[in-house]
Parts: sequence; C-alpha cells; structure tokens
Amino acid sequence: MLSLRSRSRQLWSVSKLALASSTHLRKVGDPKRSMSTAYPVVDHTYDAVVVGAGGAGLRAAIGLSEHGFNTACITKLFPTRSHTVAAQGGINAALGNMTEDDWRWHMYDTVKGSDWLGDQDSIQYMCREAPKAVIELENYGLPFSRTEQGKIYQRAFGGQSLNYGKGGQAYRCACAADRTGHALLHTLYGQALKHNTQFFVEYFALDLLMNDAGECQGVIALNLDDGSLHRFRAKSTVLATGGYGRAYFSATSAHTCTGDGNAMAARAGLPLEDLEFVQFHPTGIYGAGCLITEGSRGEGGILRNSEGERFMERYAPTAKDLASRDVVSRSMTMEIREGRGVGPLKDHIYLHLNHLPPEVLKERLPGISETAAIFAGVNVTKEPIPVLPTVHYNMGGIPTNTYGQVVHIKDGDPDAVVPGLFAAGEAACASVHGANRLGANSLLDIVVFGRACANKIAEIQKPGEPQKELPKNAGEKTVSWLNKLRYADGDLPTSKIRLDMQRVMQNNAAVFRTEETLKEGCQLINETWKTFERVKVQDRSLIWNSDLIETIELENLLINACITMHSAEARKESRGAHAREDYKTRDDKNWMKHTVGYWDNGKVRLDYRPVHMNTLDNEVESFPPKARVY
Amino acid sequence: MSACSKLSALVRRTARNPNLSFIRATSTAAESQSKSSTASRKPPNLKKFNIYRWDPNIGGKPEMKTYTIDTNDCGPMVLDALIKIKNEMDSTLTFRRSCREGICGSCAMNIDGCNGLACLTKIDTNPSKDTPITPLPHMLVVKDLVVDMTNFYAQYKSVEPWLKTKSPPPQAGKEYYQSKEDRAKLDNMYECILCACCSTSCPSYWWNPELYLGPAALLHAHRWIADSRDEFTNERLAAIDDEFKLYRCHTIMNCARACPKGLNPGKQIARIKQLEVARPK
Ligand SMILES: Cc1cc2nc3c(=O)[nH]c(=O)nc-3n(C[C@H](O)[C@H](O)[C@H](O)COP(=O)(O)OP(=O)(O)OC[C@H]3O[C@@H](n4cnc5c(N)ncnc54)[C@H](O)[C@@H]3O)c2cc1C
Ligand code: SF4
Ligand code: SF4
Ligand code: FES
Repeated sequence: MLSLRSRSRQLWSVSKLALASSTHLRKVGDPKRSMSTAYPVVDHTYDAVVVGAGGAGLRAAIGLSEHGFNTACITKLFPTRSHTVAAQGGINAALGNMTEDDWRWHMYDTVKGSDWLGDQDSIQYMCREAPKAVIELENYGLPFSRTEQGKIYQRAFGGQSLNYGKGGQAYRCACAADRTGHALLHTLYGQALKHNTQFFVEYFALDLLMNDAGECQGVIALNLDDGSLHRFRAKSTVLATGGYGRAYFSATSAHTCTGDGNAMAARAGLPLEDLEFVQFHPTGIYGAGCLITEGSRGEGGILRNSEGERFMERYAPTAKDLASRDVVSRSMTMEIREGRGVGPLKDHIYLHLNHLPPEVLKERLPGISETAAIFAGVNVTKEPIPVLPTVHYNMGGIPTNTYGQVVHIKDGDPDAVVPGLFAAGEAACASVHGANRLGANSLLDIVVFGRACANKIAEIQKPGEPQKELPKNAGEKTVSWLNKLRYADGDLPTSKIRLDMQRVMQNNAAVFRTEETLKEGCQLINETWKTFERVKVQDRSLIWNSDLIETIELENLLINACITMHSAEARKESRGAHAREDYKTRDDKNWMKHTVGYWDNGKVRLDYRPVHMNTLDNEVESFPPKARVY
Repeated sequence: MSACSKLSALVRRTARNPNLSFIRATSTAAESQSKSSTASRKPPNLKKFNIYRWDPNIGGKPEMKTYTIDTNDCGPMVLDALIKIKNEMDSTLTFRRSCREGICGSCAMNIDGCNGLACLTKIDTNPSKDTPITPLPHMLVVKDLVVDMTNFYAQYKSVEPWLKTKSPPPQAGKEYYQSKEDRAKLDNMYECILCACCSTSCPSYWWNPELYLGPAALLHAHRWIADSRDEFTNERLAAIDDEFKLYRCHTIMNCARACPKGLNPGKQIARIKQLEVARPK
C-alpha cells in the first residue's frame, strides 16, 4: 500500500473512469467515432468552443455559459496554470478610488501609449468598460488590496496620467498585492466552476476546421491523456491562446507561450497583425528573465546606472521611471551601450527598492520580494535588483474588430469578418495596444474582450441553433501533418532548432533595429524554418508525448517568428516598441497602418490595413496624432 | 529541508520496491547550451539524477533511470536540470512545467524525498550524492513525472471556490467594501497555486484520498469561510463538518512543510475545526 499507485496502465484507467463520473472536469459530449484514418477521432458538437483557459478564454467561456450556450473550453494547461497567473502588477480602470478619474483620460493615455497605432474605437470600448469589468471581478470574489475606506486599492503604473496628460501621475491600476494575475485567474476559474463550464483539460488544439466558404466550424485537438483526436464542431470558435514570447531566448513568458492560436489562424490562411511590435519589459531579472513588476516602480522604485544616477530623469523628465515601457527599455539600453551598465560585464541596470519602507514591500510587493530572493539572490530591503529589458508581450496577433470578431482583407474590405471565428487576449489584436502596450492594460484587455466575444455571439446566434455538417475530410490534413511530425526522423532535435530560432530573434529583432540586422534576421529565420524539415522526434507514442507537443509548438513559434521578422524589416519608421536606428521618427504619412502578415506555403506575404481613427460614438472625440513625450 | 523524514521514508521504500528496476542511461556530455558563459568555464561538476520513468504506451514496470549532467553548465534549479536532460539527452522524458517561477503550480514532484516545485528547488550540486526525482507520492501516474490530478481538482471544486452572497453590494454597480484588516485575513490562503505538494504529502490523504478532502481543498474552504464578503459561512462550515472530509486531519503538519509557497494548510484546518465547535447547529 505504500507504493506508488502506478503499477499498470490498467489500474490507472479503471480508476480514472470511476473518478470521471463524479466530476465535470472531463465530461465528454456525445462521442461518436468517425473518420477512417489510422487515428480514431471523437466528434463533438457545441454551440461554441473556446480555445484557451487563461483570463481571456475563461471570461469568454463564463459569458457564453451565462448566455445559455453549450460551451466547450479546450486548454492545453489546467486553467489556473495559464500564463495569466503570472501577471503581477494589476489591471487599469478609471474607478476613481484614489483621485478623481475619467475613462476618457485612460483612453487618451492608451492611444498615446499605442503611438497612434491602436484602433480608437476598440480603445474607447475597453476603457469605458473597464470600471464595470473590474467591479465585476471584485463581485466574483477577487481579493483586491484595499484602501483605508475599504475600496479597491489602485497604484501608479507606467504611462498613466490624469486630465489628458496634464494632471500628473494617475493611480488607476487596481491590484491584489503583486499577485493580481494569480488572483484574477483563480477567481475566474471559480466562476467557471460555478457555471459548470465543460472543460477539456490538457487537450492540445491543432488546427481550425475551416470550410470552403471560409467559415470557421470548430477545431481539431489532441487529448494528451490518451492520445485520442477530437473534432469539436461549433457555430462559434473563440481563440484565446495567449502570446508567443518563447520565440525569443530571454522572455518573461512561460514555456507554454508558443503562439499556437496565431499559428492555427495563419495555417488557415488568415493574417496576423502588427507582429513586429514586441514589448520588452524594462525589468526582467538579469539572467533568469523572471519579471519584476512595473508596480515596483509605481510604489516608488528607481532605476540607477553604474554611476548611481537616476538616469530616467534625463530621458523622461516628467514621468521619469514611470514612462511608457518602450521608452524605459530604450533608455536602459542606451545607458548600457554608453558604458554605464552595472555588474562585471556592465551589461545590466539596478532597480532599487531598498529605500522603500519594509511595510510597503511586505504589503504591496511580497511576491517580487520572494522572486528576487530566489532568482537573483537579492534581499530587496537591502540591495538593488539586477534587471534587463526582457521580451514580455506581443502587441500583435489575430486581427479583430471591437467585438472580438476576427477580420481580414477581403474583396477590398479591410474589415471583413471571418464567419464563426473570434479571438481575445494576447493572441488577438483588437487593436487596443497598437505599437506599445501600457502596463496593466492586458489584464483589462483579456476580461473586456473575452466578455465582448460572448456578448457578440449572443447577439448573432441562439443556443442550440442547427449547424452545417463538417466537410467530409475536415481535419484530415491535420492528421497527416501530425503523423508526419510524430515519425519525423531528421538529424536535428527540436531543442536545437528552437534555440537557433530564439537566438535569431533575440539578436536580430531586439530593442533597437536596423536595416542590416533585420535583413540578416529575415535570411536567418528563413533558414531556420528550412531546417525544421530536418527535425527529429524521438518519442513515437501518443499518450503525453511531450516531445511531439514541443515540436508542434516549435512549428507554431517559427510561423510567428518568421512573420515578426519580415513585418519588422518592412516597416521603415520608429513607432512604439519598433525602434529603428535608421528611421528614427514616426512616419504617419506612410506608416500609420497595421501590418498584416500571411503564411503562404512557408513564405511570409505582407499587406496593410488602415488604423481606425474613429471612435464608437460622440462620448469622446478621436485623439489626433501628436509627438509622444513623457 | 530536514523535515520531510516521513515522506522520504515513504519514497525510499518505494525506491526499494522490487518492482522498480534501476537502469543507467548512456549520458554522454551533450552539446553545450549553457545560459551563462561564465559557468561553462568552470570544470565540470558531474551530478547524477535518478528519475522515475514509466511509459503507459509500453506498460510494464516503472524504472529509475540515471542521467548525469554537468551542473556547472546548467541553470540553478531542478527544473533547469530536467529541461537540460530533455533537450540534450532524452527528449522522451515527460514532466509538466510552464511558468518556471513558482506561480503556475505545474511542476510539483518529489525531489530527494520531499515534495516541491522543480522550478523553485535548487539543485544539490554535491556530486557524490545522487538526486532521486519521482512523481508526487500516492498519485496515479500517467507518464513519467506526470500524475493524474482529477481527484484533487474535483475536491477543490467541491468546496465551491467562488464568492457566495445573499445581498447585492451596498452600492449598486460598486465593489463590496472590505476593510484592510478583513482583507488581510485572506493572506496565507489566497496565494495557493493548487500544486498538490501538501495533499500528496499528507498520510491521512494517502489512506483516504477520495473521502478526506486533504489540506489544499480545506485551505480553500477556509479561504472562503474567512472572506468577510461571503454570506454562506455557516453553510460552508456545515458542508465540510464530516468525519471524513474534515476530521481525517490529525495535525501531522506534513502539509505545511511541503508547501512551496510557505502556506500552512494544517493551521487553517485547525481554524476550521475551532469554527465548527462554535458554529450554531
Ligand atoms: C510575468 C508577466 C507579468 C504580467 N503582468 C501583467 C500585469 O500586471 N498587468 C497586465 O495587464 N498584464 C500583465 N501581463 C500580461 C498578461 O498577463 C497577459 O498578456 C495575459 O494574461 C494573457 O492572457 P490570455 O488569456 O490571452 O492568455 P494566457 O493566460 O497565456 O492563456 C493561454 C491559454 O491558452 C491555452 N492554449 C494555448 N495554446 C493552446 C493549444 N494549442 N491548445 C489548447 N489550449 C491552448 C493555454 O492552456 C492557456 O489556458 C504580464 C505578463 C507576464 C508574462
Ligand atoms: S496537518 Fe492535517 S492536512 Fe496537514 S499533513 Fe497533517 S493530517 Fe494532513
Ligand atoms: S497549500 Fe501550498 S502545497 Fe498546498 S496546493 Fe496550495 S500552494 Fe500547493
Ligand atoms: S513551472 Fe510553474 S510552478 Fe514550476
């Protein structure tokens, strides 16, 4: 009895069956076996299917359940393991709990932060919905930090101002200490449990099921647990698969941030928008890459160079350490280049928190105090934290409109809706972040647009509505692709190709870019893609074949990486996170437009669509472009 | 951590189990993928990891496979070692991981006799001592270090981990107010990452995994009981006032020792028991 209960597969499966009846976690629809390949396939039909159970996916699934839709939520990770859990700083909303505030001021900051690449209709929607969205989270039970009056506590965050940039620093970022993402994700998972949402946990979505009319009819997924394939037919599909930070060597992102949804869309012939805009967070821990939240600077933390100078005063006289992320990351890089970096190699910067009262650190920044101790060996009350700009967030993704509907360019219409397909969260590009995301606007984005997807679906579809049959061969291409990868017998291990890709991205699509680095980058990333033909998968099994999964994830990353590099090479201007040393200024005349990158048989093709400068209604006027200073 | 004596006793027994065969991997020093250039200049420090392997596709008996790696050419954490082995020596090795910073709860396993997160556990670099790595004890193994968590998650769901109220917020469309002091009562509970290190180190949970809720689920039960905004305190207490669900806890406190987030489920359970006594029945 003291031995591990792992002796045989049989014991395991028998007992699993017994457990399955007592839980909704793995409830399987009406499994009907079909498809005459070597791989048996289980078919399911739902009103809607959500791919992803991070903040965006969960909020969409909860909304759909509330509207009475029979909804499946497919996720490669158990919901609370999604990367939303790692978000620290908080979520922006003009609640006005600390000072007077107005969602229009928040909108102004977001438009400015986006360097005028954001769609102003979507930004208006997000900022106006924000207070409602945050209150809703609180009402769900999220354990927000509190003010003396018992209201939700809000801290200062980068790029946030009052009165359209004229009223000084705003306190707009609602938080649960420095564990806001964790609190948010667990709270949303609780709500999903309350609504008995049907989860398919550790199911890996492989491809979209598109028909000849260009409509999305669901997805095909692999159940890691038993290696079975599943076709989920649904009238509406929501992609909420998160970002692709792991295309880079050093990122704050989790190992599982591999841009799968983006790649699924790209393989289906749909475009990916603005991928060249990759956010470098100023304060990743040097070496480890783990994040130290901007909230640490919001609570008074200061960046210093090797001379002990608070250099941000020079680059951003007003906002200083709380300037927008792209601005701070570039300033740090400049300091290091000019020889004022710290450490033996003078290749990083110090973040000082040691002047803050220990009580503040304990109450508001306990998580990063722990992280700094574990990963940098630093006692934050006494020593500075070694930090470096680190890849953090993908502004780009699957293009959508304000309601989460995926759009593409069709017959000259740049806003043509792809029927049946929605996207939300970091995988999507609404575009509320434009060329640079403001801190604490992503947690907002995921809940607002997750909910927007559910609401739009409720507007255009009824629960139980009949659906078209799937095309007879739906998913067949995916199965043969999967089979090919499973038996891939080249000479390069997955990890080797992955490392090559990460190095190319890190070196050639960095904080500062030039024609030279980007041209070379395009060539190198194309070559890396070529080597994927030579990949070798060692594990030929189907149950929990993590070798195969990492190989699929690598292909997905490569698609994202290629489009990122080519989009960056083409954009001959500096805007937000895309800083070119050879085109130092923003060029609104030629470049105030979204890049859309297609994946055509292993090659990148670029096109462009206009930025929405219009607002939704006359509650606010559009903000015309102007120079961006902090 | 000296405190996991009971647990290591268990695992040692497991390891001595005749069903477990030991095999030695041909662990040639693979190409270097070192993160830090300084580390790779140090002379190699060869360290053995004995890792539990079992493939359901093959079946048969589980085995302990030995991998030797140079810890001077590897990140500092056990997860770094596992990833290095997977990348450079044996890509079939399977384990869960995601955040690599101790917040997602994916990489819980038994390392050197103690439950913990691979991404927060430092490699013991002493080359003369092998480090055994096995799945969370007493869990059904799916493959290698991946265990079936279905029962654990179902127990979490059973405590209804969401806010339950009878009245709307005092001001429509606003938050429920909560004082700083009341909010502080949720500290040391809401931080739980559902890794299961605690429950799978609890002897009471080993004996009654399906009946006893275990420390993690009970910690969450108390997280909602203690929330000043929740108005179902009494109902929540009643729901777990049960010989098996709650009272299998004998305050052995393995759970607190195992928790990688420094939480103390045993203490929260003790609080629940006090509240049960005082509860109007
Ligand atoms: C360290 C860190 C700190 C951050 N802090 C903040 C902050 O303070 N404030 C803020 O606003 N933003 C912050 N961000 C950004 C923000 O957390 C993320 O952008 C956001 O959480 C993304 O949420 P998501 O729901 O889109 O995706 P994720 O949370 O990444 O979820 C993706 C989901 O998709 C699923 N999935 C992916 N691929 C597949 C597949 N093939 N098949 C099935 N399922 C799949 C996964 O299982 C997962 O459930 C932070 C980011 C990081 C990395
Ligand atoms: S204190 Fe209770 S829950 Fe914790 S290990 Fe002991 S018996 Fe288990
Ligand atoms: S209480 Fe600690 S050990 Fe237990 S599940 Fe939560 S985080 Fe893990
Ligand atoms: S990988 Fe997330 S807790 Fe270890």
